[in-house]
Amino acid sequence: MSTTRTEPCNDKQGATLGNEDLSISQILKERGVSRRDFLKFCSTVTAALALPPSFAPSVARALDEVKRPPLVWLEFQGCTGDSEALLRSANPTVAEIILDILSVDYHETIMAAAGHQAEAALDKTITDYKGKYFAVIEGSIPMKDGGVYGCVGGKTNLERARQVCGGAAATIAIGTCASYGGIPAAAPNPTGAVGVKEAVPGATVINLPGCPCNADNLTATIVHYLVFNKIPALDGHGRPLFAYGKRIHDNCERRPHFDAGQYVEKWGDEGHRKGYCLYKMGCKGPATFHNCPTQRYNEKTAWPIGSGHPCVGCAEPQFWDVMSPMYKRLPNVPGFGIEHTADAIGLGLAAGAAGAFVVHGALSAMRKDKEPGEDAKED
Amino acid sequence: MSDVCKVKQYVWELPLRWFHWINVLAIVILSGTGFLIGHPVTLGSTPSDYAMGWIRLIHFVAAYAFTVSVASRVVWAFIGNEHASWRAFFPMYSAKGREKLRHMIRYYTLQTHEVPEIVGHNPLATTAYFVLFLIYLGMILTGFAMYATHAPGGIMFKSLGFMYSHFTLQGMRLAHHLGMWLIFGFVINHIYSAWLMDIKEHGGEISSMFSGYKFTVKKGE
Repeated sequence: MSTTRTEPCNDKQGATLGNEDLSISQILKERGVSRRDFLKFCSTVTAALALPPSFAPSVARALDEVKRPPLVWLEFQGCTGDSEALLRSANPTVAEIILDILSVDYHETIMAAAGHQAEAALDKTITDYKGKYFAVIEGSIPMKDGGVYGCVGGKTNLERARQVCGGAAATIAIGTCASYGGIPAAAPNPTGAVGVKEAVPGATVINLPGCPCNADNLTATIVHYLVFNKIPALDGHGRPLFAYGKRIHDNCERRPHFDAGQYVEKWGDEGHRKGYCLYKMGCKGPATFHNCPTQRYNEKTAWPIGSGHPCVGCAEPQFWDVMSPMYKRLPNVPGFGIEHTADAIGLGLAAGAAGAFVVHGALSAMRKDKEPGEDAKED
Repeated sequence: MSDVCKVKQYVWELPLRWFHWINVLAIVILSGTGFLIGHPVTLGSTPSDYAMGWIRLIHFVAAYAFTVSVASRVVWAFIGNEHASWRAFFPMYSAKGREKLRHMIRYYTLQTHEVPEIVGHNPLATTAYFVLFLIYLGMILTGFAMYATHAPGGIMFKSLGFMYSHFTLQGMRLAHHLGMWLIFGFVINHIYSAWLMDIKEHGGEISSMFSGYKFTVKKGE
């Protein structure tokens, strides 16, 4: 491991100013990233893209030649968790290298510039590089009351999103909020929050949901664009298939326990200590598409299920509403109290029906009915 | 007891009886295994066991059998005899059907002592069966949509794409549970009604589902 962690803000801004004509590998060399680390990075990102290892040299070759694309990162109605996930990653990582690869011209959290100066930098980038820059949007876009619930520099988030995403080569909606509205959009959604694609339907949007989004998937998405010059294949919810093409349940390290029939019954029981399946604790892995089990978080060391917590389905649209209750496998039945599960209601229904027919049967048995053919009516 | 001679009539053809009993068996198996999938019990003693794996396999095999049987019954509605015909399922669309329906409702609500005589399906039952088939369709669609998520991008996943764009997987799971209970409600009703009409009509209502023959005062309908 050769590079060391540096202060992102000033350094990145400095790199942006001077090195626009250098290729990525030259920049990395200047930054002290060894060729070996660069190739390691290429292998990692090839794996993240679910490409065969034979693609790693192509990725390296492409990144050797490609110029740094400008990138603007806008923070809307969100918690900055995705920026944090990217920046807090320890050691020289894929995530750090990506910040070197990209020319981050605007990022509210990490840039040195402030106020009108910063807004001017954003305007310059989106004008000078129209159709060439990447836009990364973090956080949802409030639509209610003309979008007044989210304003930066006197412009509503919606206004800015239309302007920035409209002229971008591609927009990456990072995190569940930017992808589908996320937690701000949870019922009753007081600000009318929506995801980027819904707010700016004309834009080319790649959704990278997750709470937070895995920084490796962001890197891989950008590298895919740089290598193949097109956005990766997306699923029905606008997510790249390489990262969201498989269910958590099907790649889960605890899946053998599920198939065997070994379940955690309550927190801290023997099964929980032994790492059994969390299905009965409300795990949403069977309903969630994400590469968490293989890609993991925090330098591939940990992820929720690996740490003994059920999946909450954070990468799925409207997860806060549709995946609740968090610790129950089934949603509540709308219109009934939270202590009524679908099966309790069903049992009541069946018991009610049986009771009604017992009464009807008793009444029918006591009646003397006229059998067909017993009188002249039928004949 | 009537002293009128009853006529033996072949009503339920062999394929129809097969569809009926395959459905019965499949629903019993699907409910049992489905219950264990929804509320699993710790059956495995080592991670090499495959208790849930087998339970799910049985559920899926029964699901395929059920789907084929239901689909065949729908096809049979266009091939089979007049009692199996799709026309029998929409009594509301003929004056005769409406009259019989009214009589049946009056009998079930204890407003008349005259037991209606019906050779094939009774019109109230077919109305219920139509709703039941819609529930079956919902169960088949939600079931296979959840099943197909193991192979996203596969043929089944792609052909059920409309399900994923309209419903969430959790919503489908809930509907699949509630659908089972609705079918249970139907089964209770169905068995009761068959028993009631068997003892009131003396037409061999229950045995007809095994033999195919019913006994009626008049020939035909």
